[in-house]
Amino acid sequence: MTILELKNASVSFGGVKAIENVSFSMEEGEVLSIVGPNGAGKTTLFNLISKIYDLDSGSIIFDDIELISTPPHEIAKLGIARTFQNTELFEHESVLNNLLIGSHVHAKTNLLHELFFLRKARDQELIFRKNAENIIDLLDLQSYRNTKIVSLPFGIRKLVEIGRALCLEPKLVLLDEPSSGLNPEETEDLVFQIEDIKEELAISILMIEHDMNLVSKASDRVIALADGKVLTIGKSQEVQEHPEVIKAYLG
Amino acid sequence: MRFIRKTNYHQDIQIFKHDGQIFWYTCLMLILLSFPFFLSDFYLGELALIFIYAIAGIGLMLLTGYTGLVSLGHAAFLGIGAYTHSYFLGLGIPFVFSLSISVLFSSLIGTLLAIPALRVTGIYLAVATLAFSIIVEQILSHWVSVTGGYRGMLVPDPSIGNLSLKPNTTFYFVCLIFVSSSVLISLNILRSPLGRAMTAVRDSEISAQSMGINLARTKTIAFAISAGFTGLAGGLLAHKIGYLAPDSFNLLISIQLLLMVVVGGLGSLHGAIYGAIFIGFLPQALALLRDNLPEKFAQIPGLEPGIFGLILVAVLIYEPLGIYGRWLKIRSFFEEFPLYRRSTHKRQRNFLKTERLR
Repeated sequence: MTILELKNASVSFGGVKAIENVSFSMEEGEVLSIVGPNGAGKTTLFNLISKIYDLDSGSIIFDDIELISTPPHEIAKLGIARTFQNTELFEHESVLNNLLIGSHVHAKTNLLHELFFLRKARDQELIFRKNAENIIDLLDLQSYRNTKIVSLPFGIRKLVEIGRALCLEPKLVLLDEPSSGLNPEETEDLVFQIEDIKEELAISILMIEHDMNLVSKASDRVIALADGKVLTIGKSQEVQEHPEVIKAYLG
Repeated sequence: MRFIRKTNYHQDIQIFKHDGQIFWYTCLMLILLSFPFFLSDFYLGELALIFIYAIAGIGLMLLTGYTGLVSLGHAAFLGIGAYTHSYFLGLGIPFVFSLSISVLFSSLIGTLLAIPALRVTGIYLAVATLAFSIIVEQILSHWVSVTGGYRGMLVPDPSIGNLSLKPNTTFYFVCLIFVSSSVLISLNILRSPLGRAMTAVRDSEISAQSMGINLARTKTIAFAISAGFTGLAGGLLAHKIGYLAPDSFNLLISIQLLLMVVVGGLGSLHGAIYGAIFIGFLPQALALLRDNLPEKFAQIPGLEPGIFGLILVAVLIYEPLGIYGRWLKIRSFFEEFPLYRRSTHKRQRNFLKTERLR
C-alpha cells in the first residue's frame, strides 16, 4: 500500500525553483533515502511534507489524505514525525521530557484535568512515561534519561531526536541526515537502529543521507535529487551508477 | 549527594521528589503558619505583599520563563484585576466571587491580547505588550463611570460573611492560601502536557510544531493563565493599596514584575518566589540607600527606575539564571564538597532563539 505520494510538487522562493515537478511514491514499511548535492532541495522537500512551507502547485497525499490544507501542527497527528539536520531539541529540558513531548499528540486531557492534575492526567502521564521508556530501551538511552540536552554530545542528541520522533508512534518518520556528526561506529549502530524501527515498530522511513555506505545498507530504494528535480529512483547500486547522478556530483 | 532510587513511574510525576523535600517544605509551611503568632503587624503586612508579588511573579514566570514570551505590560493585568475586583466588591458581590470574576476577566483580556501578540516575538512582543499596558492605563483614567478616573477608587474592605479580612493577620492567611494554591496549580501545569508544550514552544517553535503542538493555542493559553494569576494578584493588591489610581499600575510596575522574574531566575518557580522576596525588600533597601547618599544624589527624581535598570543589567551579565541559579551552584558546591569545580557551571555562549532570523 502506498503511504506517501507526491504528485508534481513544486515550490519556488522568488526566482529560485527549489523543488520542481517532483513526483514519487513510497510504499508502507519502506526505507527510502534521498541523496543529492548541497542545495538540491532535500530539506525543502521535508519542509514541504511537514507543511513548514506550502506547495506552489502539485499535491502531497499521505495515507489517502491530501495535505494541502493541513496546518503544520496537524501533520504530527496524522502520523508523520521528523527530525532536523542540526537537531531542534528542547535544550533546557531533560532527555526524558523531550521524549515525553513526542507523546503530546496523544494527549486527551483538557485544561481542567491539567490545572488540578486529576486522575485522568495522572494516568495519561504514566502511559506516556512507559511509552518513553520503551523508546529509551530501543535506542539505548538509559544512562542519559535525566541529563539536560545542553550537556549532551551531538551524536546522542541526534539519537534523542529520533527517539522523540518515535514517541509520536508515527506511521512515517522523516530523518534529516541522521548520520551527520556521528562517528563511524555510531553510524554502524544507526544501520541496526533503522532496521529496528522498520521491523519492530513497523514505521516507514524517508531519510536524507549523504553517507552512501549507510544508504546502501539501510535503504530499500534511493531517490537522487539535483537542482530541485528528481534524477532517478531505484536501488542504491543503480542510482550510484546512473550517469546523471555522477554528473550532478562531479559536474 | 543524594541518589534517588526509582522503582515506580509515579516517582517521576510526584510534586515532591524525595522525603527530604517533603520534610523541608513542611517545615517552611509550619514556619509560615506560625509567623502571625510572634511577628508584628507591620511585618505580616509586608509578607502578605510578598505573597501577592509572588502570585504575579508565578503568572509572569509561566509566560516569560516557561513559554519564552516577554511581557512588558503585566502591570496592566494587575490593574485590571484590582479595578475589576474592587468594582464588583463595590456592587456588593461577595469577596470570593468578585475575586473569581477578576481572575476570569483578566484571563479573558489576556486571551484577547494574545491574538495580536501571537504575530510578534522577542523584542517586538515586549513592545506590543508595553503598548497594551499604556492603552489600559488610559482606559483606567478615562472610563470615569467605572474607574473614577484620576479621582481614583476606594477599595471596599474585604470580608467573607461576617468575618472581616482586613486585619493584617487574617489577610496574611488569605494571601498564604492563594499563593500556595497558585504554586500548586502551576506545578500541575508544568508536569502535564500543557507545561511541556510551553517549554517546547520556548526552546524551538519549529520542532514544537512538528511534534503536533499548536503554537497559537499554547501561547494563547499561556497568556490567559498568566493574566489570570496576575489578575488574582491585582485583586489582592487592591486591598493592600486601599485606594486605586490609574498611575498605580504604570510602566514602572511592569518593569518591577519583569525584574522580579529575571532576578529570581527565569525558568523556575523558585525564581518567582525569590524574586518576590527581593522586590518586597527593595523599597526598604532603596529608602536606606537614599538616607545614606549625599543630598545631591538622594534627591534625583528617577533614582528608583535607574537602580532597577542597573540591577537588571547586572543580573543579566553576571548571573543570567538569577538567584535560583546561584542557589543551585551553592547547593552543588556543598553536595560535591571536596570535588566541586567551578567549571561545572561554566556558561556557554547563548543566543536567544526567538531572535533568530527565520
